[in-house]
Amino acid sequence: MPPLLSVAGLRVGFDTDAGRAQVLDGVNLEIGRGEVVGLVGESGCGKTTLARSILGILPRPPAVIESGRIDLDGTDLLTLPARAMNDAIRGRRITYIPQDPLGSLNPVFRVGTQIMELMKWKSPDGKARRGRWPGLFTPYPHKRRRADRARVLEALRAVQIPDPEAALRKYPHQFSGGQRQRLVIAMALLTEPRLIIADEPTTALDVTIQAQILALLRRLVKERGISVLFTTHDLGTAYELCDRIVVMYAGQEVESAPIDRFFAHPAHPYTRRLLESLPRPDGSVREIPGEIPGLVHPPGGCRFHPRCPNAGSECGEHRPPVDMPEAGHALRCYHPDPMEPPR
Amino acid sequence: MTAGETVLAVRDLAKHFPLHDALGRRKGELRALDGVSFDVREGEILGIVGESGCGKSTLGKTLMGLHPATGGRVDFEGRDLVGLSKGAYRRIRSRLQYVYQDPGASLDPRWKIASSLAEPLVVHRPDMSKAQRAEAVRAAIRSVGLPEGHLGLFPHELSGGQQRRVGLARILTLHPKVLILDEPTSGLDVSVQATILKLLQGLRAEYGLTYLFISHDLAVVRMLCDRVAVMYLGKIVEIGPTERIFADPRHPYTRSLLAAIPEPGGRRITEDFALKGEPPNPASLPSGCRFRTRCDWAADRCAAEEPLLRDIDGGRFSACHFAETLDER
Repeated sequence: MPPLLSVAGLRVGFDTDAGRAQVLDGVNLEIGRGEVVGLVGESGCGKTTLARSILGILPRPPAVIESGRIDLDGTDLLTLPARAMNDAIRGRRITYIPQDPLGSLNPVFRVGTQIMELMKWKSPDGKARRGRWPGLFTPYPHKRRRADRARVLEALRAVQIPDPEAALRKYPHQFSGGQRQRLVIAMALLTEPRLIIADEPTTALDVTIQAQILALLRRLVKERGISVLFTTHDLGTAYELCDRIVVMYAGQEVESAPIDRFFAHPAHPYTRRLLESLPRPDGSVREIPGEIPGLVHPPGGCRFHPRCPNAGSECGEHRPPVDMPEAGHALRCYHPDPMEPPR
Repeated sequence: MTAGETVLAVRDLAKHFPLHDALGRRKGELRALDGVSFDVREGEILGIVGESGCGKSTLGKTLMGLHPATGGRVDFEGRDLVGLSKGAYRRIRSRLQYVYQDPGASLDPRWKIASSLAEPLVVHRPDMSKAQRAEAVRAAIRSVGLPEGHLGLFPHELSGGQQRRVGLARILTLHPKVLILDEPTSGLDVSVQATILKLLQGLRAEYGLTYLFISHDLAVVRMLCDRVAVMYLGKIVEIGPTERIFADPRHPYTRSLLAAIPEPGGRRITEDFALKGEPPNPASLPSGCRFRTRCDWAADRCAAEEPLLRDIDGGRFSACHFAETLDER
């Protein structure tokens, strides 16, 4: 069975005053059905750009998609007309959980109004007819209203919001940070998506709340067989949630492995140094020498080679091909580290 | 490093913010700090951990005099800082410095790095000559591992990590004794975080600094700090040596906090994490122990009687009635 989502050779540039920044440099990514994939990398590595490309919300210009494909169930999303993307894909088959739920809830409308507005357009039973009036003034399709409301209450119960009926009458500021994150998770589940893109959904939360939300999210998507692309720079939360991890560095994917193998046998020099830079209980911490390169004139070949202790001359000339040291473990490196557990 | 004498002694420090209703009438108060006491010893790193709203940032700002304290006392260099006049506080601040979350953000975008680094000296050390100032600035930038050539650059020409280094250098020019670091690594990538942590370790050794390290990241605190104080809703619930607290926490809140740290490659918290609910509203606290509404060990005594910090095993204090018997219940 083909994967649910497959991104192949995606190149995205951003036009800046200094020239074109090559933010994604031929990225490949596959997400299986019901699989939770963690996309891990540091700020500026292109994980948000990749997520936005899949959702079709890249700001163009300045962004330019130069080449590549994004296939969802056999449909190339990059060639799909904007209208079809909006009606059939975004918010229906692919939904989004933002980093900061407060920013995606309107402070002046009740939560119920906002969730029902989502259902008006994106309910699995159909959508409101696009009328002469914008958004909020379009009447709700009468026939589905009751069923949709039941669905909303059901979703709020699923994310363990106490007293869902009362919650719908409240405003966003009346909820705590953890509850707001539960609300946007409920909204992402409502339209019965195949894929959820979660953009660091727990960075704004405290550790005890984060643990609750991660456990909840994992249980909900596994029950429903939904695939998740989870972008994060925190290896700890990725470990909690994901089945597989893909590491990106400066616009290139460098290593992809099932979760347990990833932490037990990391092979790419960047992955290993990333794991080593986590603080250890014994008071030691190791830095990665050098800094992340600029993307307007990036290093050729493997973009990690100027910082890499193993680099040879070929690393700067050609990007290493995909190597499969073991089933499911893909690696792009000419000189991988020995696959021993990190220290 | 062995801990020396007490440099900062905090006793029953309180900070209450008044709450007003829609008509501006006083309707109560929010006890952001409610009787906090601890000592900071010379040369140590004391971590202050807790979730948002527990009062850890208020603690840092109250110590600095940015919020006037409601009560209590803070002894530093032989004087009580609470109730000090603004001018007297300003003189203290060259010795007791506050490092914001992103020290790079305190750089003026239109000033060269050299001017930004010299500014604290102009304010606090008017006795220094221009040449002495320039020498101090060069020493400061070297100590944070940046080349002297960077002195002629503007902040936007540096990366985020370098800006943070300059921000730290700016604080070091005055040779402070105690630094209050407020979430210095939050929001950083792990590799940049690693460089900042290394730098903080190195600077402490080089300048003989004492840190009060406020953070919500327990992995970082465990790595860096000698002692840890755990705060919950304006009170310290447990304080003691880092290794003892992490190996054998003696307060139920510390236990759940530690259970929530993800350990890449180890045990998964999502499989066994049990802490229910969220912290109560700090403006209307439960009676007795403030943690009892979320605590598995809570008994009638917890609602009736507020537990006080008491010594459990010689140097580690816990504010739980059942601190010794947590494992048996």
